[in-house]
Parts: sequence; structure tokens; C-alpha cells
Amino acid sequence: MKAKIIVTPKKAVVDPQGKTVQNALEHMGYQGVTGVHVGKYIEIDLAPGTDQAAAERVLNDAAHKFLSNPIIEDYRLEIE
Amino acid sequence: MNFAVLQFPASNCDQDAVHAIRSLGHSARYIWHKENSLGDTDAVIVPGGFSYGDYLRCGAIARFSPVMQAVKQFADNDGLVIGICNGFQVLTEAGLLPGALVLNRDLQFHCEHIYLKTATTESPFTNKIPAGKILRIPIAHGEGCYFADEETLARLKVNNQILWQYCDANGNLTDTANPNGSLQNIAGICNEHRNVAGLMPHPERASEEILGSADGRLIFESIFAALADKLAAKAA
Repeated sequence: MKAKIIVTPKKAVVDPQGKTVQNALEHMGYQGVTGVHVGKYIEIDLAPGTDQAAAERVLNDAAHKFLSNPIIEDYRLEIE
Repeated sequence: MNFAVLQFPASNCDQDAVHAIRSLGHSARYIWHKENSLGDTDAVIVPGGFSYGDYLRCGAIARFSPVMQAVKQFADNDGLVIGICNGFQVLTEAGLLPGALVLNRDLQFHCEHIYLKTATTESPFTNKIPAGKILRIPIAHGEGCYFADEETLARLKVNNQILWQYCDANGNLTDTANPNGSLQNIAGICNEHRNVAGLMPHPERASEEILGSADGRLIFESIFAALADKLAAKAA
């Protein structure tokens, strides 16, 4: 079982990495790019047989308190 | 006065902080991040560096070190705490200070002297800074851009919690004088209770003339004065 967490900068926060990557894509000739946001991807391996609902609760807690900073980031959690 | 300087794995400005305090005539000692108690301490310095390699986010892991429980208790009991650079990041991650520090807007690591305007002398960290004096202090950071949402920024203003702002040599808060894109040129703030402060610049690297500026002394001298006042108040 794997938990996948995607952490992205909040829209209100200036994202210079995103902007830089966007400029680079444009310079490379990729058309139609209207925005780029650079975030983080975290993969957590869970022991087989882990209760998925419980894991989701615990990992949401971890994502909120530690894996992301809610002041500047949003996160999405998926468990498979 | 006894200063406790925390040490996390990869803190690297702890020795400079201890040296600065000792050279100014007070005691300072190191407290390893796994300690559960601060011992006999009058003030805590959370020093600069790259604690835990800045992994995940700067200060995100250090804030969970055992010693931070003791720091939180110390702060809850009115103890003075100052976070410098990575220390500021640790304090925001720990929720002891509002807002967050993000990547410098130009994505460059800035290692240079900057000018600071002291926004208020009404704090234990700024009370000895002469009105109108511009401080020349070095910065060395890649993620020092201060961010807080509109509501928090408004509150900081109303409560006079902004302590230092980046300015030019004449004290003007210009965009060019802002090395990292911090909102409102914020270089340092304090909490509502005014006993916890954080700043990105390094006063411990500007406490001796030989280092190019001794303006940082004024921040430490403010703390010494505030502690002396506290002691006097207790004795009375």
C-alpha cells in the first residue's frame, strides 16, 4: 500500500520556481503554457494489511501538521 | 545573563552566537536539540544554519526536536527567545511566530550586507536601538522571503509586531533594498506577547567592528537591558 502526497504552493505565495520554469518552457518554444507551479511529491510505503481509512486519517493529520505547511502550501493525498 | 544557544543537526551559526554573547560580557552555552530542559536560562537563541539539511522545508524537522518543547514552555512563561535566520524559520514552523519564510524571489542565495530600519523600539529586542539608526547587518540565505496572508499582515501592523524592515542606506523601504521579496520588506518580527522574535539577518555576525559592522550589538544589548529590567522588577 502506498500513500501519495502532492504538495503545491498556495496561489497567494509568489512561486519564483514556477515562473522560472515557465519562462524556460517558453524560451524552448513550448506554446500555450499559461502557468507553472512547482511543488513536492512524497511517497509513503505502508505495511500490507494497513486499514486504509485509518491510514487516510493519520496521513491527513501528518500532511497537515508536518509534510506541508498550511500557511504556504496545499496538499492532496491519495492512498492506493 | 545566561543565554542558551540551541544546536540542531546542521545548525552552523551556533558558535558565532555563543561568541557574540560572550564577547559582550554575558554567558552562553550550547543546548543539544535532544535535551528536554533548558536549565538555568534567561534567553534562548535559535541559531542559523541548515538544520536537517533544510529537508522538506527549512526548520520543518527541527521544530519537532525535543528541545523545542522546552523552548515553547519557556516562551509561554514569558522567556525571551530570538531566532536568527534558520532559527526564524524554525520558530515560524513551530507556530511561535506567525507567517512563513519561502524561497527568495530571484532564486539566488544572498550573502551580503543589508540595511535595516527598526520599525519599533518598543520590544525587548529593539529598545536600545537609537531612533532613526539604520543597522548594517549581513544576510546569508536562500529562503528568507517573509510571507503571511493579508489578515496576518494587518494584525502584525496593528500590533506593532514588525521589528525590522529592509531599507536603503537612507532608511527608505524600497523594492531594490529588499533582497528576497519579503512582503512589506519584513526582515524580522515578534509575537503578540513581544517575547519571541525572529529575523533573517545575522546580528551575531555584526557584533564586532572587525567583521565590518558592530550594529548587531544593539540587538543583543536590547535583550540584555530587557533582562536586567525583568530582574529589577522581580527584585522590587
